[in-house]
Amino acid sequence: MSMVLIPEKDNTGNDPTQRPELILGQPDFAQLTESVCRVSEAPSPPRVWYVALSISLAFTIILHVMIAYLLWEGTGVWGIQIPVAWGWAIANFVFWVGIGHAGTLISAILFLFRQKWRTSINRFAEAMTIFAVICAAIYPGIHIGRVWFAYWLFPIPNYLNLWPQFRSPLLWDVFAVSTYMIVSLLFWYVGMVPDLATFRDRAQTRVRQVVYGILALGWRGSSRQWHRYECAYLLLAGLATPLVLSVHSIVSFDFAVSLIPGWHTTIFPPYFVAGAIFSGFAMVVTLAIPARYLFDLKHIITLRHLENMNKIILVTGMMVGYAYGIEFFIAWYSGNPTEAFVFFNRALGPYAWAYWTMISCNVLIPQFFWFKKCRTSIWFMFIVCIFVNIGMWFERFVIVVTSLSRDFLPSSWGYFRPTLIDVMTFAGTFGLFFTLFLLFCRFLPIVAMAEVKSILPKAGLDSGPHHGHGQYWGEIPYQHDEAAKEGGAGV
Amino acid sequence: MNRRIFMSVHECEEDLLGVVKAVRQQGLKIVDIYTPYPVHGLDRAAGFGPSRLPWICFVLGLLGAGLKVWFEFWTTAQDWPINVGGKPWDSLPAFIPVTFEVMVLFAGVGTVIALFIATPLYPGKKAVTPFARTTDDRFALLLEEEDATFDPDQVRMLCERYNAVRVEEREEKY
Repeated sequence: MSMVLIPEKDNTGNDPTQRPELILGQPDFAQLTESVCRVSEAPSPPRVWYVALSISLAFTIILHVMIAYLLWEGTGVWGIQIPVAWGWAIANFVFWVGIGHAGTLISAILFLFRQKWRTSINRFAEAMTIFAVICAAIYPGIHIGRVWFAYWLFPIPNYLNLWPQFRSPLLWDVFAVSTYMIVSLLFWYVGMVPDLATFRDRAQTRVRQVVYGILALGWRGSSRQWHRYECAYLLLAGLATPLVLSVHSIVSFDFAVSLIPGWHTTIFPPYFVAGAIFSGFAMVVTLAIPARYLFDLKHIITLRHLENMNKIILVTGMMVGYAYGIEFFIAWYSGNPTEAFVFFNRALGPYAWAYWTMISCNVLIPQFFWFKKCRTSIWFMFIVCIFVNIGMWFERFVIVVTSLSRDFLPSSWGYFRPTLIDVMTFAGTFGLFFTLFLLFCRFLPIVAMAEVKSILPKAGLDSGPHHGHGQYWGEIPYQHDEAAKEGGAGV
Repeated sequence: MNRRIFMSVHECEEDLLGVVKAVRQQGLKIVDIYTPYPVHGLDRAAGFGPSRLPWICFVLGLLGAGLKVWFEFWTTAQDWPINVGGKPWDSLPAFIPVTFEVMVLFAGVGTVIALFIATPLYPGKKAVTPFARTTDDRFALLLEEEDATFDPDQVRMLCERYNAVRVEEREEKY
């Protein structure tokens, strides 16, 4: 595959009298299929792909070694201690679950809002969701210490005849994350079936024919199938929308339902959800920029898509900043001295460095996105998004660690320091995440071809009230209606 | 039994929608229509009724929520009641999050299973497409030549009026 550096075409104009070009170069259906399929059909991927895969595989191996060491030695190899018994593992869990939220937002919420630009990026954002949730799910599993009892998390009858405690937010979390994983996986797979059928029908080798044949489940693309498929897709989007809002709300309940100062606040659910979408979009942009260069998809994932995501990052970043402010205001306004101390301690205490890193990365740096030049410069947005990822990780760290390290009893205050094992485990989850993502890019349809085709100009998008995807409302315009009537008299 | 199939291939959805409307006005029997992406308005043009999937989704969601409330009540209040901070046995507000998640789980998984049964889709199912490019860039309309009143030449002319790029007849077992 050749990498040609074509200058970015600016399709970010806001002239309301003109429909913006979402896919550049006006490809027809066959050209679009070709540009997506060749990512997978090329005899070998670009060399950079191999380099990236080897690095991420190495980190995946490190993750496995770290987990094995943890299981062998026990959770003492981590920096967690009393009073900070929830350290990196829980911060990383919340971080990874949050990353996943952008995928569902793009695939479900933007679908319900009929945002046609979602079609170029929804497939790989959903893939990102699933891989992020896999990384997240590792942490609670290994954090419980005796992993061989992990099945106690689920309501499976055991020899003690005990049931899980349904009044506990930790159990709510188990159900929320498992449901999120299963429904996201189904949503992703159902969305991919028509594209897998395209792969199958184009397959040149026997292996591809068999593998994609099995994965495509015998999809034919007949109108009866599409009719039901569209209905099921709409239902799944309708279910995934409240689901994604519930998941991070429930993750925030892990903190908010407890009585620890700094955690016990009602602002947590909306604040966590906004933060999750913020960090998730930053990760989507971070992945989209190299992917569109590497696989030559710049005409499908255009500057306009990136700019739209940057706008969402700006909005959600402002929400997160507002939440930080309100937390401080309430700490003062409530008149609760413990609460006031916690926030004073966050900003000026031993973890002030983490707190101000968080504020700079999450609140100050995204403000550059007010300027169109910054929103549309590839390098600039890449750097901002990296900072947002860092900032959002620090947010989780600040919430988890500062509240625990200094609570009600000064004699038991402590200072949390991660160990090398903590750091390597976290780096290892990035390895797993990127390994899965790179394999996905190479072997599965990276862009939702069937959906993008439905928004191409050739699909008659401009000829009438057309909404891209989903149920159709309104009359069907047809320029040859006269011809239809004529034909009626003829036969 | 064999039947004769008449296939007309088009390049864009406008032509397809037009020809589908026209053949329905003639009272011809549509076997199926193959498109590379969901063409909006085609279900109405082809005369499909609304799908019953929303009902399945609704009923399964209700079932999941109901079962979960019962299960939570049974485990925490009946099978092994444990006093947690003096909370009531049937702590309904505390049961809401899990009930919601299980409702979504039942409705979501149920909808997908129902879709796979109704469509039908399963691993190992052989895909019968009229030709490979319907999953790429072609739209195919398949008509059944029911009886002697079906005049292939007339229908061919009708299809060509809607820019058919390929028209053919074939024998098919069913």
